[in-house]
Amino acid sequence: MLSTFLSQVVNGLILGSLIGLIALGYTMVYGIIQLINFAHGEIFMVGSYGGLAMFTYLLPTAIQNQWWFALPLLLIAGAAIAVVVAVLMERFAYRPLRNAPRLAPLITALGVSVALQEAVRVFYPNATAAVPFPKVFVEGTLAIPIGDGIVPIRYTGMLIIVVSLLLAFALNTFVNNSRMGRAMRATSQDRDVARLMGINPDRVIVLTFVLGAALAGVAGILYGADLGLININIGLQNGLFAFTAAVLGGIGNIKGAVAGGLVIGLVKTLGGQYLPGGTPYDYVWIFVVLIAVLVFRPQGFFGETERVRA
Amino acid sequence: MSRRRAVVTAAILAGALALSACGTNREEGGGAAAGACDTSKGTLVVGLVAPLSGNLSALGLGMQNSADLAIDQANQNCTVPGYALRLQAEDDQSLPPIAANAATRLASDANVVGVVGTLNSSTAQTVQPILQQRGIVQISPANTNPTLTQGEAYETAPERPFDNYFRVATTDAVQGPFGAQYLVNTAGKRAIAVIDDGKTYGAGLAAAFAAEAERLGATIVAREKVGENDTDFSGVVTNIRAVNPDAVYYGGEYPAAGPLSAQIAAGGLNIPVMGGDALINAEYVPLGGRPGDLGTSVGAPAEDLESAQQFISDYEAANYVEDYETYGALTYDATNIIINSLVTALNGGDWSEDTRAAVVEAVQATDYEGAAGPVTFDEFGDTTNKLLTVYTVEGDAFVPLETGTYEAG
Repeated sequence: MLSTFLSQVVNGLILGSLIGLIALGYTMVYGIIQLINFAHGEIFMVGSYGGLAMFTYLLPTAIQNQWWFALPLLLIAGAAIAVVVAVLMERFAYRPLRNAPRLAPLITALGVSVALQEAVRVFYPNATAAVPFPKVFVEGTLAIPIGDGIVPIRYTGMLIIVVSLLLAFALNTFVNNSRMGRAMRATSQDRDVARLMGINPDRVIVLTFVLGAALAGVAGILYGADLGLININIGLQNGLFAFTAAVLGGIGNIKGAVAGGLVIGLVKTLGGQYLPGGTPYDYVWIFVVLIAVLVFRPQGFFGETERVRA
Repeated sequence: MSRRRAVVTAAILAGALALSACGTNREEGGGAAAGACDTSKGTLVVGLVAPLSGNLSALGLGMQNSADLAIDQANQNCTVPGYALRLQAEDDQSLPPIAANAATRLASDANVVGVVGTLNSSTAQTVQPILQQRGIVQISPANTNPTLTQGEAYETAPERPFDNYFRVATTDAVQGPFGAQYLVNTAGKRAIAVIDDGKTYGAGLAAAFAAEAERLGATIVAREKVGENDTDFSGVVTNIRAVNPDAVYYGGEYPAAGPLSAQIAAGGLNIPVMGGDALINAEYVPLGGRPGDLGTSVGAPAEDLESAQQFISDYEAANYVEDYETYGALTYDATNIIINSLVTALNGGDWSEDTRAAVVEAVQATDYEGAAGPVTFDEFGDTTNKLLTVYTVEGDAFVPLETGTYEAG
């Protein structure tokens, strides 16, 4: 049925653009310091909880119901908290290991991931169970009649697609056209030569973490607002998808992260609908696609073959 | 991980100490020496294994408090001559491996007389064999999967796998069909989508429901599975929307069921979600459950039971932070059955690990008027009380619709 197919495409695009938004953080950090920052999924989770805390404990009740006011505040709060955590993480967990063998920061990233998840579990009130997230956008669905059925699109889902694509576009423009973006690209190509050109690599690296975390924080808020609840496992789950998306698109590449996210979203929903096994097997198809892509195009959709450095 | 467990254990121990200190204070506050019991023979331990943290902690903490209440009362009333009792609550986080660790810890203590729990059927599966090795009696107030008492072939050749395991909750082999009878016969639903979370409890319940619903003439139009930690169900919702169901039955627990219900509505399907006892929780509606959703639960609602009024007022008097939740009265009964059986088994004598066999025997022979109703156990260790209740969401909470006894039709 056409309406079913289109509904699943819509579901896939919503999930995919959210995953793409998170994947940008993975891909940028990898691009610049070749670190797979496994804690990035938890930054997404922390941003979500941070925004929720701001909403619950700081926002006056009168404003809570005004979504056009509460939503921007929430997005800023979520991004800000994610950024603070990411900067601390970079300063204390990764910078001391900047020149260590690559495996050391990778293991550290896993440790930071567990630490963040546990910190939220222990210190956030009632975080041991799923907590309801405020509906800070227009509730309900737009039902588009198509053929023999309807295609329902959640307003929050539209918000996710629009915001994600806008942010990805803005990031791409920033990296390609701004002075700081040029410094980022230079640092990713060769940190030492960039330093000789008067670029401070530490500042550039921090900025990379800041940008990635801000996007993840925004994604955390959008995710909560869309589904109406969050739990401490969302970082692990969506972080894994986002990491896969970054690899699929070619890690280090901004367009690739978004494309990878959309592919994963569509594979998950369409695979769950049409492939044998149904929804219980949708995760399987994601990783089947990942393996297939890695076999035939190891650098991902948009990736370049890795440069070997002297 | 082990550090966290240490912290949690320390916190629980501190809590237990604080509670027992309160108990002592109360006795001394009473002033009269006549109130003090003879505890010259030492302290015996009743174990509890339940999720005290994690998604299902609301239910688990209600169980912990209810067991604590029963033990407090036994200590005050000098129920066990010569001994004081202590509750040792272990957190299983709803995870079978953690539950196994908890059971091992309890089994290694020679003073453990019996264990109350678990909440989840999946955790019971790992706890059962560990306690059996030491012959420790286990009574669950909440496990509903039929295989726990009647073996894998419970439908054709039931065989009891563990003679030390009992439960005061009735099984999904009863609960699922009971729900089906309501949804098909009373609510008149004919095209039902069945979804489960693939866990021991959820899958078993959904299968039992589906079989009875089909027998009653309904069509199972879709059969789907979701992950218990999933939060985005839009794929599943689109799948079932394509087949136009007039109701959804969900075999699983409220942390997934709430958002599933909300997303079914968001997907343009205005149909009720029905589930089992694991849906009946105060958090179900805040997480997305809608008015009109349905759930069955074992026993009758404690508030409506004449026999449970004493339990409720005692629970409130004890000022626990958390509500007693769905399994409070049943946990209270399970704990009291262990205590009473201990008294019978001791028969005035001294405790040794050999007494455990006598405790199991005494539990098997139980004939007890509990807060949640009369309890006797059949040859499998299942309660003979097959009372169930259908609840529905009104406003932001479940309210009982009708209570009945399941009869295979």
